[in-house]
Amino acid sequence: MAKYLLLKHYRGAPTPVNDVPMDQWTPEEISAHVQFMQDWAARLEGTGEFVDGQALSPEGTFVRYDGEGRPPVTDGPFAETKDLIAGWMVIDVETYERALELASELSAAPGAGGKPIHEWLEVRPFMTEPPTITE
Amino acid sequence: MDEVLLRTLTPTVIGILGRRGADFAAAEDAVQDALVEAVRVWPDDPPQDPKGWLVTVAWRKFLDATRADTSRQRREVRAEGEPMPGPGEVADDTLQLYFLCAHPSLTPASAVALTLRAVGGLTTRQIAQAYLVPEATMAQRISRAKRTVSGVRLNQPGDVATVLRVLYLVFNEGYSGDVDLAAEAIRLTRQLAAMINHEEVAGLLALMLLHHARRPARTGPGGRLVPLAEQDRSRWNTSMIAEGVDVLQTALARDRLGEFQAQAAIAALHADARTVEETDWVQIVEWYDELVRLTDSPVARLNRAVAVGEADGPRAGLAALAELDPALPRHAAAAAYLHERDGDPVTAARLYAEAARAAPNLPERDHLTRQAARLNAQLRS
Repeated sequence: MAKYLLLKHYRGAPTPVNDVPMDQWTPEEISAHVQFMQDWAARLEGTGEFVDGQALSPEGTFVRYDGEGRPPVTDGPFAETKDLIAGWMVIDVETYERALELASELSAAPGAGGKPIHEWLEVRPFMTEPPTITE
Repeated sequence: MDEVLLRTLTPTVIGILGRRGADFAAAEDAVQDALVEAVRVWPDDPPQDPKGWLVTVAWRKFLDATRADTSRQRREVRAEGEPMPGPGEVADDTLQLYFLCAHPSLTPASAVALTLRAVGGLTTRQIAQAYLVPEATMAQRISRAKRTVSGVRLNQPGDVATVLRVLYLVFNEGYSGDVDLAAEAIRLTRQLAAMINHEEVAGLLALMLLHHARRPARTGPGGRLVPLAEQDRSRWNTSMIAEGVDVLQTALARDRLGEFQAQAAIAALHADARTVEETDWVQIVEWYDELVRLTDSPVARLNRAVAVGEADGPRAGLAALAELDPALPRHAAAAAYLHERDGDPVTAARLYAEAARAAPNLPERDHLTRQAARLNAQLRS
């Protein structure tokens, strides 16, 4: 099995087919979207492939070390930041093809007009543990 | 509490419940419940007869779970008069469980999970922790696996090769959680080897022992990878190596070579060298030739090319490598190593950096990055 991160972007991914901002949807369409995501996760738990799913708030802060004994320096949020993560799903699957298949399903989540968003998701493999036998 | 004893008894108790008429899925669930209870109760109140305790509790769990009262009474009556199975029957039952849990209809990951639970006696929680997934996910993976094999009737021996594949996966891709999966894989393979006289079972056991023996030397501080050539060989476990060599020799004497025996032979040749300079690379190349012939595996070809580089010089190794697909995992790392030995640190540094970017795990990536950094520092000075 291999773990993959399916990343949803607020910003930074190519434009989806059904590109209507969520605040322009009807409340029913939002509910249908949320329900779709929950059902998808529940189904993956049932197939033994679900690991984690989290959503992130769009507002973030940049932080850095500023020297011994000094408080952290914060900055942002930056309107110009190109890449903004909206959330993720982590799956544990037999093959890369399966990861693509599941990401594609997730991308079909309904949006405006109840039609699939066709949103672009980023699929990133996890680093694994090193194998015992190498030579 | 002796957790290994508890685990060892698991397949036996599943077998006993099976003989009393429980189907596999129900018997396995009941024994898992009994195990969880044993973990809870035994530390304060250890039983006189652990097996008897497990059988009694598991049987009660099974009866509680089955609702049909009439058949339940019949079963109860029948079970009471029934003697415990003898050692031969226990071994038969356990062997059948190995085959069932590694049944070809299962995906490798399902087979691994089911084997660890039903044969290995690990709890779902332990297996989930070991593979870094939520317990609910692992529970589903196991129950799906049980549904998949529910119709399987095992009245003839299964395929040993599928069992070995599963045990190899547990050993090689085991994560490091609470449970030492490599040690668990060895225990299960050792138990299998005691029940079935098969040269590849012995070959796999030897392979595991020979690699496990080097484990203390394989990582440095902070999980840093120490390559074979740089390992402190005094930290290798010599008695485990001796056992591995012994098991391998007995297997090879049967003159039915298989891939695990060939891999074990390569590991044995490494283990046999007191210093890296004493390594018999010519023989190692011969064993890789066998391995390539047996498996036709591109990974074996890649490792062979590296061994050729040691036996016949880096140019020969690079020539062997040139015949392989550059997209193979670790191709760039092998090429980097051979180029450095060939006196071309510029190419080697570039390839090490490329290999680091493609590395599938952190210790390997860090190791390759350090190699590139070492060469770049040399080139600057």
